[in-house]
Amino acid sequence: MRCAAALVIGLLVLLMATPARAQSLVFDLSSHLIAITTGFSGIELLLFGATEGEGDVVVVLRGPETAPVVRKKSRVAGIWINTERAQFSGVPAFYRVAASRPVEQVAPPPVRARHQIGLENIRMTPPTDARPEVAAAFRAGLLRNQEARGLFSSEVGRVTFLGPRLFRTRVFLPANVPPGAYTAEVLLLRNGQVIAAQTTPMFVSKIGLGAEVYDFAHRHAALYGILAILLAAASGWGASVAFRKA
Amino acid sequence: MQVYLPIAEMSVDVFLILGLGGGVGLLSGLFGVGGGFLMTPLLIFVGVPPAVAVGSEAAQIVASSVSGVLAHTRRGNVDFRMGAVLLAGGIVGSTAGVQLFAFLRSVGQVDLVVALSYVIMLGTVGTLMLQEAVRTLIRHRRTGVANRGKLHQHNFLHGLPLKMRFPKSKLYISSLLPLTIGMFVGVLSALMGVGGGFIMVPAMIYLLGMPTSVVVGTSLFQIIFVTSNVTFLQAYQNQTVDMVLALLLVAGGVVGAQIGARVGAKLRGEQLRGLMALMVLSVAIKLAWDLVSTPEDLFSTGLPESGGSH
Repeated sequence: MRCAAALVIGLLVLLMATPARAQSLVFDLSSHLIAITTGFSGIELLLFGATEGEGDVVVVLRGPETAPVVRKKSRVAGIWINTERAQFSGVPAFYRVAASRPVEQVAPPPVRARHQIGLENIRMTPPTDARPEVAAAFRAGLLRNQEARGLFSSEVGRVTFLGPRLFRTRVFLPANVPPGAYTAEVLLLRNGQVIAAQTTPMFVSKIGLGAEVYDFAHRHAALYGILAILLAAASGWGASVAFRKA
Repeated sequence: MQVYLPIAEMSVDVFLILGLGGGVGLLSGLFGVGGGFLMTPLLIFVGVPPAVAVGSEAAQIVASSVSGVLAHTRRGNVDFRMGAVLLAGGIVGSTAGVQLFAFLRSVGQVDLVVALSYVIMLGTVGTLMLQEAVRTLIRHRRTGVANRGKLHQHNFLHGLPLKMRFPKSKLYISSLLPLTIGMFVGVLSALMGVGGGFIMVPAMIYLLGMPTSVVVGTSLFQIIFVTSNVTFLQAYQNQTVDMVLALLLVAGGVVGAQIGARVGAKLRGEQLRGLMALMVLSVAIKLAWDLVSTPEDLFSTGLPESGGSH
């Protein structure tokens, strides 16, 4: 209900704010700051907007850039061991696409490649020391791993139109959504051509006790270690006292 | 009810973790072992990154050994002198172990080494325990009593230099022996996220020849300090100690251990050891199977080590 109300108000604001020189595409998110709190178990993000005239809408949500290491196992003396590695960089930590129609019908391959629509079009810096075919195998492995973790998705979400101009889509951010700066990009396409594009930032950050614990553990690692021991010893002692009385 | 683990960076069901703590606590109360060797693999099975499982489990063992050792001290079952010598070796071993852990993590082999250590240690200890339990059971059938045999045999180990007297254990042996054992178990403790009681206890009985009555208390005494060292170093160097996880495990564990100790008092020793051996062996077999069976995906992706702030 709250989402629906926010949507209506948001759209009204958007429509009223449309300047004299009509923008062909406006949109916003239900929230620009996603807080990972102690009880965080994922959240649904609502993206809504309006277009000037008819067309197809494609939404691409990308997480902060990371530099993952991909390892390949092979069998050594009967045991599976990591034997090869490849370092990528500029890989988004999170990736989702949504579209009003199947992307193949909406955008021709060059447009999909330029706007990184679809897993196969995600741009990243491949390892410099690997042959192209090896790098491609590692890239495929990386995509599979990230998809298995729910960080990437090859499924295209649905952008639904409410009437000819208003559109909306929902993106679920799972519990393991990586913290950092995200970008939501919305494209308006007509006859396979991008006629308008807009982006907006979104932040995912840890907030509250969990964030403080993480921060403390990294910034004052030695002190955290000592506190961890004291806390553990105290709880062990406490348990011993509690059960001796009982 | 979900709770977000700040260091593991994942959310888990509180009751799953409390249940794991309780279940392993029950078994450890029943069999008189720390349970780290079960808990670390279980945490990895439920999706906690291996490095965090190892680091956080060390903190939990600190807690459970403290409450265990208090009970044993009250009964006078701790040989502090022997504990100190084992501990000296343990500190050296666990410090080296944490360095080795950090190195293996940087080259991407930590999962392999952790799994291999588990398979080898649990396989060996489980097999030995099972043999012993079966033999005792058979002897029991034949004679009706379990004869204990000689306290310990003399062998080349008793010819080593730097002899030391341990009045509480009624021993006069080379201090190199407990030092080496302590060191070896210390390395395993850091690598495997265990207290090492399941290796320490048999080593104290069979290699050192200590009387059974002081073995568990003394082993727990030195485990407190070795796992404290591991906890500190893992937190300091690798930032892999999740205190939210550790405290949840402690909460479940203390309740389970109390129930286990009460149930255990009603069961026969060799039956218990037989059951324990089967459990240890099944964990070893499961881990060995994971190593040799073809993985679902040959590729695995890890985020780069953040390197910490220091």
